Amino acid sequence: MTLTANKIALSEKYTALFHANRAKLDEGSSDLLNRMRDIALKRFEKTGIPGFKNENYKYTNLTRVFDKEYQHLFEYETIDVDLNEAFRCDVPQLDTDVVLLVNGWYYAKNQPLTDLPKGVVIGSLRQVANERPELVQDYLNRQAGLSDDPLVALNTAFAQDGFFMFVPDNVVVEKPIQVINLMRSEESVFATQRNLIVAGKNSQAKVIFCDHTMSTCDFLANNVTEAFVGQDAVVDVYTIQNQNNQANSVNSAFYKQGANSNLLTNMATLHGGLIRNNLNIILDGEHAEAHMYGMSFTDKKQHVDNFTNVEHAKPNCMSNQVYKNVLDEDSVGAFAGRIHVVRDAQKTNAFQRNNNVLLTDSATMNTKPQLIIDADDVKCSHGATVGQIDEEALFYLRARGIGEADARLMLMNAFAHEVIQEIRVEPLRDRIDELVEKRLKGELSRCHSCDKN
Amino acid sequence: MLTIKNLRVAVEGKEILKGINLEIKAGEIHAIMGPNGSGKSTLGNVLAGKEEYEILEGEVFYEGEDLLELSPEDRARKGLFMSFQYPVEIPGVPMVNFIKTSVNEHRKFKGLEPLTAGEFLKLMREKKEMVHLDSQLTNRSVNEGFSGGEKKKNEIFQMAMLEPKLSILDETDSGLDIDALKIVAEGVNALKHPERSTIVITHYQRLLDYIIPDYVHVLYQGKIVKSAGKELALELEEKGYDWLKTHTL
Repeated sequence: MTLTANKIALSEKYTALFHANRAKLDEGSSDLLNRMRDIALKRFEKTGIPGFKNENYKYTNLTRVFDKEYQHLFEYETIDVDLNEAFRCDVPQLDTDVVLLVNGWYYAKNQPLTDLPKGVVIGSLRQVANERPELVQDYLNRQAGLSDDPLVALNTAFAQDGFFMFVPDNVVVEKPIQVINLMRSEESVFATQRNLIVAGKNSQAKVIFCDHTMSTCDFLANNVTEAFVGQDAVVDVYTIQNQNNQANSVNSAFYKQGANSNLLTNMATLHGGLIRNNLNIILDGEHAEAHMYGMSFTDKKQHVDNFTNVEHAKPNCMSNQVYKNVLDEDSVGAFAGRIHVVRDAQKTNAFQRNNNVLLTDSATMNTKPQLIIDADDVKCSHGATVGQIDEEALFYLRARGIGEADARLMLMNAFAHEVIQEIRVEPLRDRIDELVEKRLKGELSRCHSCDKN
Repeated sequence: MLTIKNLRVAVEGKEILKGINLEIKAGEIHAIMGPNGSGKSTLGNVLAGKEEYEILEGEVFYEGEDLLELSPEDRARKGLFMSFQYPVEIPGVPMVNFIKTSVNEHRKFKGLEPLTAGEFLKLMREKKEMVHLDSQLTNRSVNEGFSGGEKKKNEIFQMAMLEPKLSILDETDSGLDIDALKIVAEGVNALKHPERSTIVITHYQRLLDYIIPDYVHVLYQGKIVKSAGKELALELEEKGYDWLKTHTL
């Protein structure tokens, strides 16, 4: 079969899967989600699974992970998960409100969060969409639906459940909400998770997503998160990706920011197989600020691709991106960052930086900035570096009696430090610092029985 | 303490040191002077263990041990210290972590327990005062945003923390104003001890007004062309390095 024929067959596989399970999909979800499926599927069919020729996916071959056979869970599986078991790994045990999702489904036995401020809703997207559709309908797919990414459409076609959070206007949620996304199965599983976060005007919230696996099967997750950050709202979203190296995922996030809002995203990728993170942000009100940070530490055959797309739709906004990667062994990394300053979005400040350290000759990094500027009074910059450990600094440390291995570790930690120090939740910053150090030392456990890696 | 025999060193195929012989005994201060490009810093770097140098010939013994066989970290742990001419900035590595790790690595090598937090802070305070190092600087990353003078003081501060047996000061005076120069010299003199030796690598004589050497060697085109007592430094200052060219040729 030729490549193209193969790609068509692959896309048809998912289309056929959709039609064969349409009733189950609807039954296991909510009207609000169900009514989007047909249009989304059509949109998916237009492009299919993106191949190398798709400019946005040129550094990541997704066909190899979409091609495998997976089990699809179109209804909620009643299983028991011991949260303590999930915490057997080095998941940060912070003072957070914790909810669990298993294979993309909101876990039914999550303890109700009783200490939330009045009006805050946290729960299953499916359930909230059924019980309080007014909280969901004005937001669901309002950003993701505009995307021409076929995988976002594929998510919309198959999505049944996910994490939902609603924070009313003027409400501050003090405690971070920690969302543990577990992949757990005895067989290979394909999951489609759909998350929605709505932060009202002048509200504040912090969400920590922790992606984990509890078995060593092949996993593929095609997730979409939409977040609406209201005027004057302050929202932090941290993600720690620490899955087994057979777990592959595409995570597409869409943020829409109102005037004077302040958003911080921080993506820490520690372990995992093929990971593609799409971060789309639209600054849709004046004086909005978006701070985007990312770091990944890869080895073996890991493949981590971060794609960002920031749209400055209004004047006087600020965006800043800092992404760093440390690549060991045969791992591959990619960073593509797009900044689009639309016409008349004057006084825009948009910055982007991507720094990478290659520890071996066989590690590969692809980096591509893309600035599209249609306004004439803006300040935009981008920079990318790919290099090795600074030999001068290494010698300096060794000349003070610090052994070579420790000195290298110190320098790699220092490299990541710039991203870590931007974490605005202090205990989380300390935990991630610790996790990164462990990761660099090769001591980070990859969830249980992950020795297979 | 240190014996250098016929040391020949090349960088990228070019011979820089063309047969150095030097003997340094415990308690002595040796100054190595010479014009730019004579190989002064190369000598310092080779002794400290920098890797890009190719040893063509010769031997270096440090306390009876083959120095060239040791890793840079082992040289340091055995008491060799180099004050860098251009101390590198290392963003993200906090000064305190760096110094603490360094001190404790030295202690570990000697079979000593690491310092407690209290002991370490006390020691650090003492030594900082000794070299008049701004207290705030140790809250930063290593050398990050330090002025030229602060970087040099920071080198002497590290030297004071580690109390090395053999110190090599590579152009420590360059870029220092007279007050900073005095402070640095005071620091070096305060560490003077019958068991400790110092090599002062310098272009100018003025540092030697404050750190009085026992011997002065002139390095020229990769060779030590003249060795004498401290009066040689003054003679050089007066007559310039050109005098040397005619003198040696």
